[in-house]
Amino acid sequence: MILVTVGTQLPFDRLIKAMDALAPELHERVVAQVGPSNYAPQNIDAFPNIEPSKFASLFQEARVIVAHAGIGTIMNARKFQIPIIILPRLASKGEHRNDHQLATCHQIRGYTGIYVADNEDELRALSKRNDLVPPDTLERSENYRMLLGNLKKIISMAME
Amino acid sequence: MRPCHFFKNWRLNMKKNNLVLAVSSSGGHWEQLTLLKGAFGPNVQYVTTMAGLGHNFGISPTIVPDCNRNQPLNSMWCAVKLFSIVLSRRPRVVITTGAAPGLFAVVFGKIFGAKTVWLDSVANSERLSLSGKLAGIFVDVWLTQWSHLAKSDGPAYEGRVL
Repeated sequence: MILVTVGTQLPFDRLIKAMDALAPELHERVVAQVGPSNYAPQNIDAFPNIEPSKFASLFQEARVIVAHAGIGTIMNARKFQIPIIILPRLASKGEHRNDHQLATCHQIRGYTGIYVADNEDELRALSKRNDLVPPDTLERSENYRMLLGNLKKIISMAME
Repeated sequence: MRPCHFFKNWRLNMKKNNLVLAVSSSGGHWEQLTLLKGAFGPNVQYVTTMAGLGHNFGISPTIVPDCNRNQPLNSMWCAVKLFSIVLSRRPRVVITTGAAPGLFAVVFGKIFGAKTVWLDSVANSERLSLSGKLAGIFVDVWLTQWSHLAKSDGPAYEGRVL
């Protein structure tokens, strides 16, 4: 199963339309949390919002998560070790008020198990792949180890 | 007790207990705070805004009322509770991932001589949170989790929980 999510605050129809068009070729169920959108998908199970406990269980059952580049979603994919494909919202297309999702993608490109799609074609190609690997555990993240090390130093200096 | 004795004892007690006070609101802020557990050492007191959160992480936090800009009364109550926690526990370090309760905690921490650390939430990849900007005025260590938001006269980047 593929779980598509764009968060609950803003629609992201470019992502939903691409997944809706792709769904007949995928041979697996596609469930989507589409947010406050007026677009009615034909080929996927779409819900404006999915209640948290239901969403959590769908999340953990999914083969892959397809999402906007929201930090909460990316952190959950890492936590539950589910491969994730992200398509950033673009301000130029009215999908967010600025391009911070592009900046996010720029900084996390290359993380194991987090696949950045720069456009809908890449999104399609990535969604069809069956060799996607789950994200590394947080403990293996260099940025995380660096943060813990630096905070330890800051705290131990305060204790002297 | 004369005021000078009060403050002398105060510093002594602070040195004795070496406490880290780790504060955040519930949800994503709390999740990030718990991920920093390994940096806090053995003597740490957690504070958050919703009961039952600690169980997921094997932590038993002190609970304060939730607060944000839309709930002035709750916020006042939250501030009073945090004030009394800082006053009674005398932490050496106050660290927070936000939001409003964390801001109160570092204000009181600063007043009472603790080292204060603001780690802005990793969710703020676009710009610093409002409370983060305010905290930047006075905290001892001011951190963002995104290197593109770090500035020489602004927050520093020391890593992130991602």
